[in-house]
Amino acid sequence: MTTAVRAKGAPRTGVDWFLLVMRVGLIAFIVIGLLGFVAQQIDPTNAWATWRHGDEGAARLSWAQFQGLVVTGLSQGAMYGLIALGYSMVYGVLGFINFAHGEVFMIAAFTGFIMSTKFDQAGWWDSGAFIPAMLFTIVVATIVATIVAVVMERVAYRPLRGSPRLIPLITSIGVSFFLQNAVILLFGPGAKGYAPFPDWLDKDRINIWQIGESDTGVPEYLLSVENKKLLVIVVAAISMAGLWYFVERTKTGKAMRAVAEDKEIASLMGIDVDRTIVTTFAVGGAMAGIAGILWGILFKSVIATTGFLPGIKAFTAAVVGGVGNLGGAMAGGVSLGGAEALAPLMVLDPWGIEGPSQLRDAVVFTLLILVLLVKPTGLFGERLSSEDRA
Amino acid sequence: MSDINANVLATEAAETIEDLAESASGLFNDVDRDRVVRYGSYLAMALVFVSLVGMAVGLDGRQILFWINPDVYVNHPDGQGLSLGDVALWMWPLLLGWAATNEVVLEGMQARVRGVSDLVTGFLVGALGGLGISFLTFLMSVDREINPENGVPAYGARDPLVNWNEQLYIMLTFNRGWTFALWAWPLLAGLLAMVGASFRVMSDPIRKAITAALISVLSVSVFQFLVDDLLEGVGETIADPGRISNFFESDPSLGRPRVDSAFDPLIDFLYAKTGGLRLEGVILVAVVAAALSLVASYLVRGRVKQARQAYFDRPLAERTRSSALLMVGVALALLIVPFFTGSIINELLANVGIFLLLALGLNIVVGLAGILDLGYVAFFAVGGYTTAVLTSAGRGESWPSWVPLLVDEGEPVVGGWLIALVLVMVFAGLTGLLIGAPVIRMRGDYLAIVTLGFGEIIRLLFLSDWLKGYFGGAQGITNIEGADFGPIGTVTGVEPRSVFYLVAVFAAIAIYVSWRLERSRLGRAWMAIREDESVAEAMGINTVNMKLMAFVVGAVLASFAGAIFSAKVGSIFPTSFLILVSIIILVVVIVGGMGNIMGVIAGSLVLIGVLGGPKQPGLLQEFSEYKLLIYGVLLVWMMLQRPEGLVPNVRRSRELHQEEFLQDAWLKGEVDTDDEGDDVATEVAPA
Repeated sequence: MTTAVRAKGAPRTGVDWFLLVMRVGLIAFIVIGLLGFVAQQIDPTNAWATWRHGDEGAARLSWAQFQGLVVTGLSQGAMYGLIALGYSMVYGVLGFINFAHGEVFMIAAFTGFIMSTKFDQAGWWDSGAFIPAMLFTIVVATIVATIVAVVMERVAYRPLRGSPRLIPLITSIGVSFFLQNAVILLFGPGAKGYAPFPDWLDKDRINIWQIGESDTGVPEYLLSVENKKLLVIVVAAISMAGLWYFVERTKTGKAMRAVAEDKEIASLMGIDVDRTIVTTFAVGGAMAGIAGILWGILFKSVIATTGFLPGIKAFTAAVVGGVGNLGGAMAGGVSLGGAEALAPLMVLDPWGIEGPSQLRDAVVFTLLILVLLVKPTGLFGERLSSEDRA
Repeated sequence: MSDINANVLATEAAETIEDLAESASGLFNDVDRDRVVRYGSYLAMALVFVSLVGMAVGLDGRQILFWINPDVYVNHPDGQGLSLGDVALWMWPLLLGWAATNEVVLEGMQARVRGVSDLVTGFLVGALGGLGISFLTFLMSVDREINPENGVPAYGARDPLVNWNEQLYIMLTFNRGWTFALWAWPLLAGLLAMVGASFRVMSDPIRKAITAALISVLSVSVFQFLVDDLLEGVGETIADPGRISNFFESDPSLGRPRVDSAFDPLIDFLYAKTGGLRLEGVILVAVVAAALSLVASYLVRGRVKQARQAYFDRPLAERTRSSALLMVGVALALLIVPFFTGSIINELLANVGIFLLLALGLNIVVGLAGILDLGYVAFFAVGGYTTAVLTSAGRGESWPSWVPLLVDEGEPVVGGWLIALVLVMVFAGLTGLLIGAPVIRMRGDYLAIVTLGFGEIIRLLFLSDWLKGYFGGAQGITNIEGADFGPIGTVTGVEPRSVFYLVAVFAAIAIYVSWRLERSRLGRAWMAIREDESVAEAMGINTVNMKLMAFVVGAVLASFAGAIFSAKVGSIFPTSFLILVSIIILVVVIVGGMGNIMGVIAGSLVLIGVLGGPKQPGLLQEFSEYKLLIYGVLLVWMMLQRPEGLVPNVRRSRELHQEEFLQDAWLKGEVDTDDEGDDVATEVAPA
């Protein structure tokens, strides 16, 4: 087993000491940051805050801001979780990181953009026909994403079955590069804005339990969620539940788990391994397709590079939750989204780091490193066949 | 009598017709229909894709050769020559026609005799592919609506598809409407694919001659800029030898009056004034290339093989010496080239050198030690930023005064860059350790993604407001002084030739270091780790330390590139260090040949020199829009078809094709798999 963790009983080498210092240092950094955050919530001009922020002390975070961040984190995390499912399943079955999975997600978001503008031109988008149009968009985007994922498997990955581990990984980088640039050349390099969503989806909020008013007379609620974020979380939860049912309760799902466990034995049991792998890609692609539309709903625009970072973040989510573990992927996604939204203000800001939200992506990667340093099998444990753990 | 004669004649005629019909149907029976459909659809997809990504129209502006003498028809309309855009379309039928008639010759089996059926296959593949474009033009014509007011055509599908426009329509229909394209494209593509397939039918020397002619015409026309520049430089030097003066002196093409070159008549004969080969030029190049190839195949036939065999029969030490001599010879030739080239080519060579340095470093990490480092750009960035901080008066204001500033009143300090380089090495090495230590025991793919993460973290830190006082955030660090070497001269981006020589020195060092390392205990340990880490560990190799060493060596080489880069560009921004850079270096190493120094050199010359780096233009500046797409396709294609790269490392390619090697050996009866092995081998492979 090759991980960052020392084998039991092996002597500590210089590298081990260094890693120990790194682990302790990172955790101490986070814990001190969190404590500093609590302290500055209680008293913004405490000794730590004045040391890190100057005499005026730190800025306090209001409840409305805090719960807004949590909801944002949850909705983005749910989206990451959906993408992470594809990574996790492919890694579980084939044992390689499909870098191009993020591009499948991007292509779905792009399809959503095209559909939405075309529906808008036809006058369906802002009329009573919005809901069927939206559902149709979701279906089409999911189908397109599924097709892209399946074609990708057929063209680029199937011929590489059984080659050294890094070869499919490098191929997937190439596929990702190709898809990204093909989209840039086909549809232009700029950001593409979705047709405006109706207000009830985009602007309205659900407010629960008024707890007071701000200085300017705006009411503050215990929970105030934008409808679109709620929708994203709900759709992600439903898709997740559907996938769970598919993998755990259907025959095809059983075949997938069997192939993930051991391809050879699975084929001896009469399972068509190639077909199962295609199914895996298709299901992962479909999840990425739904996530793509959710991205469109959340951010209302898409660009050809949209897929890359969310893709890597989603892979991080899969690792955080434990690769091959579907529940873990979703939980990893949600915790990653939460960390991404909260950590800049709750950990970095108390340390007095300026512009902490610029370092959001760095937070994600640091989290990845931390998880791999402390618990390489992820929070919920890996479910991989033994050959993939090598 | 006449009746009988007539009868005989009639039966004979009937027989002939029957024969003809039979042979015609036999012709089609020989054609593999599945294959035609498969390759035809590939071709159709390729053609439509090339059209829709805008390559056809985008490259159409560059005329590369003329059918008709352009001096006679000064205002040449379209169709009198071949543009790069035409080549982007026409090459596919040629290539796929050739590919579709490929047949695997099995060991010990009789190869099928090539004949007319190959040509028919080629034509059908091309015609089917051409139909793809016909269909595209049909769709476009349906979508095309001419505005009645101003007569300007508009397209409905233009909205998402940016290249779905009138220019594409005109180009694909030859400005004759879609009904013309309907039959013209299948015919044209069919003929081209037939030409491609006919290469299978020709005899060896003729095929070689025609290929040589085609390739030379294409390269002389496509690389017109390079040929022009070189001929001009050499010609000017012949006309005025005093022109070559100082080593680092500014380019003669800059600021000096242009001398009449001795090759001016040749240039005028070859190229049209508007760019592109003239008809006479095409004929001259084709004839010369074909003649040379024919002469070569008749005179040298078989001797190359003998010479090769003789070379490999010699003892290893002798071979090493002769290949070292060859390398030195090539290096010397390369050193002279910049004297004859203008500043653009020299700039290009300098870029190639910087990427070569990076690729050599990554080659040690990926090629020798087998560690897939996707955050390699981090070390490049550390090198660049360290140099910038030490040699720029414009560095951030937060630096304490004890951090040395190797600049004196806006002038570089003699040797300052070299002092900075020492610190660059130290910091790059430390970064290598810092990044390497946590990832060193991870699985290969986790390692890839974590290093990618580290690369991003480092870029984000350089970009952040938090460290803006040190690294300038998005504004970067400007006013970086060049590298001053006192009497030898100063290396700055203004004089690309000086940069080239500086890069050449470091590349030479890097090549020597990699070459020695590959043959050292350390290099063998790396290769052992690459092949099987557990076994390497069992053999007593300290895998952790060895892998860390690979990280550090790679990091130091990349940081050299960074130091040269910042001295060359004079300013440094976080956008120069995107993940893209890591991936492009990876493509260079992989396409060239992982683990092979010559391969890496070839890879950076071909890719960075011709296509260009992430932001640096290459020789084909028209391709700058499409180069990333091409990089992606190349990476996938290489992985699928030739994972060992253009110039493979022998040991690595054996690893990749282990099964095939074993099979071959088994077929030849070289391996005793078991007792029956010998019998089977002799049965399958008759000597």
